[in-house]
Amino acid sequence: MRYTLLAAFLISGIPAGAQEIAFDSNADFLKLPNNIYLGEVAGVATNSKGDIFVYTRTGHPTITIGTSRPFAHGGSRLLEFDKSGKYIREIGQDSYGFLVAQQVRVDPQDNVWVVDQMSSMVIKFDPNGQVALLLGRKAEAERVPAAPLNGAAPAGRGRGGPPGAGAQSDIFQRPTDVAWDSAGDIYVADGLGNSRVAKFDKNGKFIKSWGSRGSQQGQFDQVHGIAIDSANNVYVADAGNKRIQVFDGDGTFKTQFTGIGSPGAICITPGARQFLYSSNSNPPDNIDAGGEIYKLDLTGKIVGKFGRAGKLPKEFGTANAISCRSDSEFLVGEIGNWRVQKLTLH
Amino acid sequence: MKRCLTPCLVGIAAALLSGPVLAQAKAKAQNVPEIPFDTVPNYIKLPSGLYMGEAMGVATNSKGHLFVFTRSANTRLFEFDQNGKYVREIGEGNYGFEFAHSVRVDPEDNIWVVDEGTNMVIKFNPAGRVMMVLGHRPDAVAGAVATNPPPPKEPAGKYTFGRPTDVGWDPQGNIFVSDGYVNNRVVKYDKNGRFLAQVGSEKAGSQPGEFNLPHGLAVDLKGNVYVADRSNNRMQVFDNNLKFKTTYDNIGTSWTVCVSPGPHQYLFTSNSNPNGNGPGTWDNTGEIYKMELDGTILGKFGHAGKLPGGFQVVHMMDCRNPNEIIVAEIESWRVQKLLLKPGAARPAASAAAR
Repeated sequence: MRYTLLAAFLISGIPAGAQEIAFDSNADFLKLPNNIYLGEVAGVATNSKGDIFVYTRTGHPTITIGTSRPFAHGGSRLLEFDKSGKYIREIGQDSYGFLVAQQVRVDPQDNVWVVDQMSSMVIKFDPNGQVALLLGRKAEAERVPAAPLNGAAPAGRGRGGPPGAGAQSDIFQRPTDVAWDSAGDIYVADGLGNSRVAKFDKNGKFIKSWGSRGSQQGQFDQVHGIAIDSANNVYVADAGNKRIQVFDGDGTFKTQFTGIGSPGAICITPGARQFLYSSNSNPPDNIDAGGEIYKLDLTGKIVGKFGRAGKLPKEFGTANAISCRSDSEFLVGEIGNWRVQKLTLH
Repeated sequence: MKRCLTPCLVGIAAALLSGPVLAQAKAKAQNVPEIPFDTVPNYIKLPSGLYMGEAMGVATNSKGHLFVFTRSANTRLFEFDQNGKYVREIGEGNYGFEFAHSVRVDPEDNIWVVDEGTNMVIKFNPAGRVMMVLGHRPDAVAGAVATNPPPPKEPAGKYTFGRPTDVGWDPQGNIFVSDGYVNNRVVKYDKNGRFLAQVGSEKAGSQPGEFNLPHGLAVDLKGNVYVADRSNNRMQVFDNNLKFKTTYDNIGTSWTVCVSPGPHQYLFTSNSNPNGNGPGTWDNTGEIYKMELDGTILGKFGHAGKLPGGFQVVHMMDCRNPNEIIVAEIESWRVQKLLLKPGAARPAASAAAR
C-alpha cells in the first residue's frame, strides 16, 4: 500500500493524501448592470476597503481593416464592485492597453494594476482610476495572418528579442502578473512570450531581469504568476515546469515547491502568518482533470487543498486569479466559467 | 474564354467551397398534401433605430415570449412578447457574441445561444444572466486567424467546438450540441456540462452515424435526437446514447429541425431554398415538412419567395404550438409567424397550381 501511494506520488507529482479543506461558494454574488456581461475572468483583486476589481475579456476584440496596417482594439474591461458585490463603476473604458485581460492586482496604497497579455502592458491606475504609471509598450500593429505564438517574435511586437530569451529590456512579451516588495519595487512576470521576471524600481525605472526558457533552477516555462511575501521573497508560478520557484529580491534562487500540479494562479495572504495559495488550473479544453487549489505554508509544506475542475459552484474552470485577503473574502476568477466565485474557507 | 479564366476559376472554386448550395436537393417524397397557412403581417415590431440583420435563431419560452438571435452590425439577442412587441436586448457586448447561429429555450425557460464565430454555447437564465458556457473562444492574443488555406483539421475536443450549430436537451436535462461546420458530430453533455458521448467526428462522412454539416437538432420526450444532416440531404435519428436508429432522406435538404411538445409530438424539417439561388431552385425547394416522429410525412407548407408568406432561406423554426410555426429567415432578415390550417390540407395536385 505504501509503495502504491509512493508510486502515485511519483507519477502524478501530487501527494495523494493532501487534506481536503472544507469550503462554501457563492458563484453569483457579483451584481452586474443589465447591459454588462463578464466574459473570461482573467483577474480579480480587492483593495483595503474590500472593493473588488475584475479584469475580464469581454466585448469584441477587433482588428480593423481599411487602414494602413491592421490595428487591434478593445476586448477587455476593468470593473469595480463593492464588497457586497454591487457594481460601482468601470475604469479605463476604451483604454489603448486593454486587449486581452490577464491580471489585476491592488498594491498596499490601493492603486489598481492591470496586466494585459496582448498589449504586453502593465498599467497602474491610482485609486481614482487615473493612469499613474505605464510599463511596456503595445505593439503598433498586428501581423495578418498572425505569427505562431510559440514561434519567432511577430513583427512589430516590441523590442524584447525572441520569445524565451529572457531579454534585458523593459518591453514585455505576453506578461502575466505583477507584484511589489516592501520598498515598492515592481516585479513583472513576463510571462508567456518571454520567460523571465523583470524588476523595476517604484518609479518604473528598469533595474534587471532574470530567467530564460528552460527547466533548470532559475529558468521558466510559462511564468503564470508572481507573489511576494512580507520578507520580500519572490514566488514565481512556473506553470510549464509544474513548480513554484522562490527567489530573493535580486533573483537569487532559494528553493522550489512541487507536488501542486501546474500553478496557473498564486496568491499570498497578508498578516503575521502568511500562506500561499496555488491553483492547479485545468486547461480550458478539459474539465475532467485538475482544477484544485492548494494551500501551502511559506516553507512549501502543503496544508490542504480544495475544489476540482468543472462548471458548478465549488468547481473551477481554468482559475486564472486568486484574491486571498482573508479566508472569508477569498475570490477566484475563472477563464472557463466567465465568473468570480466568492469562497468561504473553513 | 481567356478573359473568363480568372473569374471562372474563382467561380468554380466558390462553387466547390459552397458544397451545400450545389447539394440542395429536391425532396424525393411525392404527392405530399399541402397544408394552407396565413402569415401574420408585421408580427415583429422593432423600436425605431433598431434593425434586424440575418435572422438566424428564433425560439419561444413558456410565456410565448420570442427570442431572436440575429447577425446585425454586432450579433445581438432580442426578446419580444407574445404579440411581437419589443421587450429588451440580452447579452449586449457579450464575449461569446460574434456570429449568431441558433437560439433555443429549454423547459425551465433558460435561453441558450449557439455562436459559430466564437465557438461558444451560452446558457442565460430567464433574467438574462449567464449561467453556464460550453466551449472556449479562441484566444484573441493569437491575432488574426489565417483562413486561406484552411488550417489542418484537429481531432474534435471534448470541450471545444468547431463552428457549432445548435443545441437541445432531453427530459433529464442532458445537453446535445451539433458541431458543426468544422467538426461533423453531435456531442452529449450531462446537465452540468460534463462530456458523456459523441457520434460522428471531425471528419465528414455519409455513412450512418457520420455527418456532412450537422446543421440543427431537436430532442423528443423519449430522448431521441433528430439531426439535420444538411450536406448529406437527410435527417438522422439517434437514441439517447447517440446510437444510430434511422435516416429520413425523402425530405430534401434538412436545414433545421424542430419537435413540438405535448403528448403527440410532431417533427418539422425545412428543405430551405439555398443561399445563392440558381435558376429553378425556387421551384423545388423552400418547403417545410410536418412529420410524425417515425418519419411519416403528414404534409408540407411554404415555398421560396421574398414576399411575406414566402421563405428566403429558413434557418430555424419554433414549433411550441405545432399549428403556429415561427420561422427565422437568413436572406430576408425577418421572422414570420405562420398560422397553419392542417384541417384544410389539400392534396398535392391542387396545391401545384400555386
